Amino acid sequence: MNHTDNHPANSDHGHDPFLAHHFSSHRQQYEAGKLGMWIFLLTEILLFGGLFCAYAVFRANRPEVFLWAHRFLDKPLGALNTAVLITSSLTMALAVRSAQLDRPRRSAFFLVLTLLCATAFLGVKYVEYKHKWEDGLLWVRQFRPVESAAVSHDAEAADQQPRHAGIFFSIYFAMTGLHAVHVLAGMAAVGWVLVRTLRGHFNSQYFGPVDYVGLYWHLVDLIWIYLFPLFYLIH
Amino acid sequence: MTEPSAINYLTYPRGLRSWLLTLDHKRIGVMYLASVALALVLGLIFALLMRTELIAPGRTIMGEDTYNRVFTVHGAVMIFLVVIPAIPAVLGNFCLPLMLGAKDVAFPRLNLASLYLWWIGALFFLVTLAFGGLDTGWTFYTPYSTTTNTNVLAAVTGVFILGFSSIFTALNFIVSIHTLRPPGMTWRRLPLFLWGLYATGLIQVLATPVLGVTLLLLGVERILGLGIFDSALGGDPVLFQHFFWFYAHPAVYIVILPGMGIISEVIPVFSRKPIFGYRFIAYSSVAIALIGFLVWGHHMFVAGQSVLASTIFSALTFAVAIPSAVKVFNWLATMYKGSIELAAPMVYALIFLFLFGIGGLTGLFLGTLSVNVPLHNTHFVVAHFHYVIVGGAVMAMLAGLHYWWPKMFGRMYNQTWARLSALLIFVAFNMTFFPLFIMGGRGLVRRYYDYSVFLESNPEFTFYNQLASVWGYLLVTGFVSMALCLISSLWSGRPAPDNPWGAPGLEWKSSSPPPPENPPPPAQVGDPYDFTEALLPSGT
Amino acid sequence: MGFSSTTILVAVALLAGADLQRDSFWLPPPASSTAPLVDNAFLLLLGVSAFFFALIVVLGLWFVVRYRRRAGLGPAQSPSHNTALELLWTAIPLGIVALLFYEGFVGYMELRTPPKQAYEIEVVARKWSWLFSYPNGHKDENLHVPVDRPVRLVMRSEDVIHGLFIPAMRVQMDIVPGRYTRTWFRALKPGEYNLVCSQYCGTKHFDMRALVIVHPPGEFENWLADAARAAESLSPVDRGRELYRINGCWSCHSIDGTAGTGPTFKGIYGHEVQFQDGTSAVVDENYIRESILDPQAKVVRGYQPVMNTYRGVLTDEEISALIAFIKSLQ
Repeated sequence: MNHTDNHPANSDHGHDPFLAHHFSSHRQQYEAGKLGMWIFLLTEILLFGGLFCAYAVFRANRPEVFLWAHRFLDKPLGALNTAVLITSSLTMALAVRSAQLDRPRRSAFFLVLTLLCATAFLGVKYVEYKHKWEDGLLWVRQFRPVESAAVSHDAEAADQQPRHAGIFFSIYFAMTGLHAVHVLAGMAAVGWVLVRTLRGHFNSQYFGPVDYVGLYWHLVDLIWIYLFPLFYLIH
Repeated sequence: MTEPSAINYLTYPRGLRSWLLTLDHKRIGVMYLASVALALVLGLIFALLMRTELIAPGRTIMGEDTYNRVFTVHGAVMIFLVVIPAIPAVLGNFCLPLMLGAKDVAFPRLNLASLYLWWIGALFFLVTLAFGGLDTGWTFYTPYSTTTNTNVLAAVTGVFILGFSSIFTALNFIVSIHTLRPPGMTWRRLPLFLWGLYATGLIQVLATPVLGVTLLLLGVERILGLGIFDSALGGDPVLFQHFFWFYAHPAVYIVILPGMGIISEVIPVFSRKPIFGYRFIAYSSVAIALIGFLVWGHHMFVAGQSVLASTIFSALTFAVAIPSAVKVFNWLATMYKGSIELAAPMVYALIFLFLFGIGGLTGLFLGTLSVNVPLHNTHFVVAHFHYVIVGGAVMAMLAGLHYWWPKMFGRMYNQTWARLSALLIFVAFNMTFFPLFIMGGRGLVRRYYDYSVFLESNPEFTFYNQLASVWGYLLVTGFVSMALCLISSLWSGRPAPDNPWGAPGLEWKSSSPPPPENPPPPAQVGDPYDFTEALLPSGT
Repeated sequence: MGFSSTTILVAVALLAGADLQRDSFWLPPPASSTAPLVDNAFLLLLGVSAFFFALIVVLGLWFVVRYRRRAGLGPAQSPSHNTALELLWTAIPLGIVALLFYEGFVGYMELRTPPKQAYEIEVVARKWSWLFSYPNGHKDENLHVPVDRPVRLVMRSEDVIHGLFIPAMRVQMDIVPGRYTRTWFRALKPGEYNLVCSQYCGTKHFDMRALVIVHPPGEFENWLADAARAAESLSPVDRGRELYRINGCWSCHSIDGTAGTGPTFKGIYGHEVQFQDGTSAVVDENYIRESILDPQAKVVRGYQPVMNTYRGVLTDEEISALIAFIKSLQ
C-alpha cells in the first residue's frame, strides 16, 4: 500500500511501504481492512437479497411454474459446480493460511488452484447456458421451449406447460448471471493477489489483502450454495 | 491577525494533477463541494423551468412531454446528485478525520474512487439530458418505465454508479469511526455529527444495494424483456414499488440524519452549553436508521397493498416519528439558559427547527391511513418532502457550511450579508411551498403539466401557483445571494482564526485552513461538549 | 412562561382545527359518507400539529430573546440531561401518535370495506381516458351514480398504472395492470365532481379526467335505461361519434382540426399522409382499421408511436361505426 503524498517531502517516515500513512500499526490497518470487507460483503448480501426476495414472491405466487420449469435444469452439472466451488473455497482458505505462515509459494499454488476451480465453474455454466439457449429456455420475452428440450431425469414430461412459465428462467438467469459476474470479479481479485504474492509482498505481518479476497470468495461460494437447491432441487 | 498560512491543504501541493489524484480527505471534500454545487444549480434551473410553466394554466413555455421530462430530471438530479451525497461527501469528508484527530479516513483511495464514481454517474445524467432526458418521474414506476421510449437506461446506469459512490463513502466512514478513534474517545464521547454520519452510513450500506439490484433488473427488463415487473409477461408492477421504496424510504433518512448531526453541533456552540440529552440524541440516530427500514409501505397505502400490511406500516411510521420529535425537544432544551449568539450558522439552525417542524408534522398526516387516501400523489406530498428535504437537510447543510467555512477556507464571510440571505431564503421558501399544502389538500394532483381541469372547482389554484412561482424565483435569488456571500469571502473575507466560534471540537484545534497533514490528537480526548475551557471567539 | 402563552397555544390549535361546521379551508366540501371520517382525522392532525408547532416556535423565539448572548457573561448552570423529562416528552408524543394512528386506522378500514349491497360499476383506465361499464352493458365516459347508495368500483388498466381519484369523495386507489383493484363510496348529495388520474402515466396524465355525476333519487335508473336505449338506436355515424368519446380517442385526436398527440380526424379521410418510413398513402377504410388494430404499423410522420391497440377492445361492427364517423368529418 502506498502512503499519501500530501505533505512536504522532508517529513520523515521510515515505516514500511505496506503500512498506510494514516494507520498507526499493521494491526490497526488489518482491523480496518477486515471490517471494511465485512461491510462490503453485507452490501453484496443485500444486493442478492433483493433477488432472493423476488424468487420467494414468484415461487409463492406461482409454485406450479417452478415445479414444472426446474426439471429442465441439469442436476448433475449443478451438483458438480457446487462441489467445484466448495473446493475452491478450501483452496482459498489454504492460500490465506499459507500467507499467514510466511509461505508465499504455497500460497501462490493454492491461489492458482482456486482460479482453476473458478474457471471450471464458469465452464460448466457456459455449457448449461448453451443448452438453455439451444432449447429456447430463456427469460420470459424469449421463452420458446423446443419440443425436444432436455428434461432432467425424474421428469414427468407430459405435464402441461403453465402460463408465463418463462418467469422461472427470468429469475434463474438474473440470479445465476449476477452470480457469474461476481465469480469473474472474484477471479480478477484472486489474480491480483496472486501477482502480489509472487512479488513477495505478503508475510506473517502483512497478509490482509489475501484474507479480504478470501472472505469475498467465501461469500460468492455461499451464494451459490443457496442458489443450487433453490433452483435445481425443487420438490 | 495573520493571513491564512501560506502552506495549507489548499495551496500545497500545487497543480491540477495533485488535486485530481489527491488522497487528502480535505481536498476531496472541497471537490465534492464544487461538484454538488454545480448539480444543485442544474436542479434549480429545472425547478425554475417548472415553476415558470406553472405560473399560468395551459401552455406557458413548454409542451407536456417536455414538462414531464423536466420534473423527472429535477427530482433525479436533486435526489441522487445533490441531497443524498451532499452532507456526508462534503462536510463529512472534510470534518470526520479532523474530528477524530486522524490523518485521513480509513481508505483514502476508496474515497477518491467515490468521487470519481460521482463524476461518472453525473456524466451519465448529462448524457441522459443530451439525448432528451427521461419522463418516468424519479421513482421509475413500472410498467411505464419499462415501456416508455425515453432515455431510461442511461439514467438508471448513472443512478446505479452513484449508488456505489454512496456505499463506498459510507463504508469508509463506518470503518473510520470504528478503528481510528483517538485515545479517550469512547463511543459516548463521539461528536454527534459523527454519530449522525455513522447512522447514515448504516443505511447507505444496507439500503443502496437494494436500489442497485432494482435498477439492474429494470435495465435488464428494458433490454431483454426479463419480465419480472411486467404484468403482461407474468411479472408484478407492485413488486417494483416494494423494491424501490425499500431503498428510497431509508434514503430520506440518509438525507436528514447527517443534517440533524450538524444541528447537534451548531446549537450547543452558539448557546455555549453542552447538548441536552447526548445519549438520547446519539441513540435516536441509530434508532431512526433501523426503524426507517420498516416503513416503506407508507408510500403504497393506495397502491393495492393489503389492509393488514398498510396498517403495520402506518404504525411503524408513527414509531419512527418519535425519535425525530424528541430530538427537537432536546435541541430546544439545549438553548434553555444558554448564551445564544445569532451568527449565521445559528440562524440556519433556527430556520431548520421551524421548517423541519412543519415538514415532520405534515409527515404525520401522510402516515395516517385514512388521511393519506385523499392526500397521496397531491401537492400536499410535494410540499411535505420539500419542507423536510430543503427546509430540513438543505438548511442544515447551509448551517454546517457557514459553521465550518472559516475552517475550510481560512476566511470569515460577512455576517450581515449571510444572515439577510438566510432571511430571504426562509421567507421565500415558505411562500413558495406552503401554498402547495393548500392546493394539495383541495385535490391538486402532482406531476400535472397543467391544472386546468381543476380550475372550475378551484379557480384559486391559478393565484396560488402564481404565488409559488414568483416566490420560487426569490428563493433561488436567496440561494444565489448566500453563495455569493460565501464565495466572495474567499478573496475579500477577513482571515479566520483557528477557532472563530470558540467551539470545543477537535477539528478546531488545527489552523484555518488546516495544513496538508492533519495535526495529531491530544494525548487524551475529553467530552466533545465541554465548554469550560473553550475560548470565547477571538476578536469579539 | 405561564398562563398567557399556554392560552395562545391552545387557541391556535383550536382555531386551526375549528372549521368543523363549514367548508374546510384545507379540504374540498365532503361529498361522501366516509369523507367525515377522513376529515375528522385531518382536523385532529391539524390541531395536534398546530399546537406542537406553536410550542416549538414560541419556545424557540423566547429562548433566543431571553437567553441572548450578553457581553462578558457565560450561560447559567443547567443540567445536561434529565431522564424523567426526556422520558415524559417521549411518552406523551407516543400516546398522541397512538391516538392518531387509531383514528386513521378506523377510517381506512371503512374506506377499504365496501358494504355488501353495493352497486358495482366496472372501470377501465388507459392512456389517457376512462371507461365506465354499467351492469346493463352500457358504457360511458363519465361515472354516473345514484345518490345515497354505496357504489363499488372494480377497476383494471389496459396499459400502465393509473390512479382513480375523486377528491370530493376522498376516494383514491391505484389501478394496476394485470389485476383488479377495488374501491367504493356513497355519495351524499346530487351534483358533479371531478374524477382525475393520480398516478403519473405519461403525456396526458394531467388531462385524464372524467366527471362523477350523482343523480338525485329515482333518476339514476331512468338515465341508465335511456342511455342504453339511445346507444342501440344510433346511426353508424352517431354510434361512431359515441365510440370516439367513450374509448378516449378524443384525448389524442381532435375533430376540429387542432393538432394533438395524434393527427386530427377532420378531413383526414381521403387525404394523403406521409409515414415515418418515407412512404405515403391515401387514408381509406383499410388504413383506419389497421391503425386501430395495429397502430404502430404505419405512424404518420411527425407523431410519436404511443397509441395502444384496440384489438380485442372494439368489435368489427364498432370499428365500422368509427370509420363512418371519421368519414363524416370533412
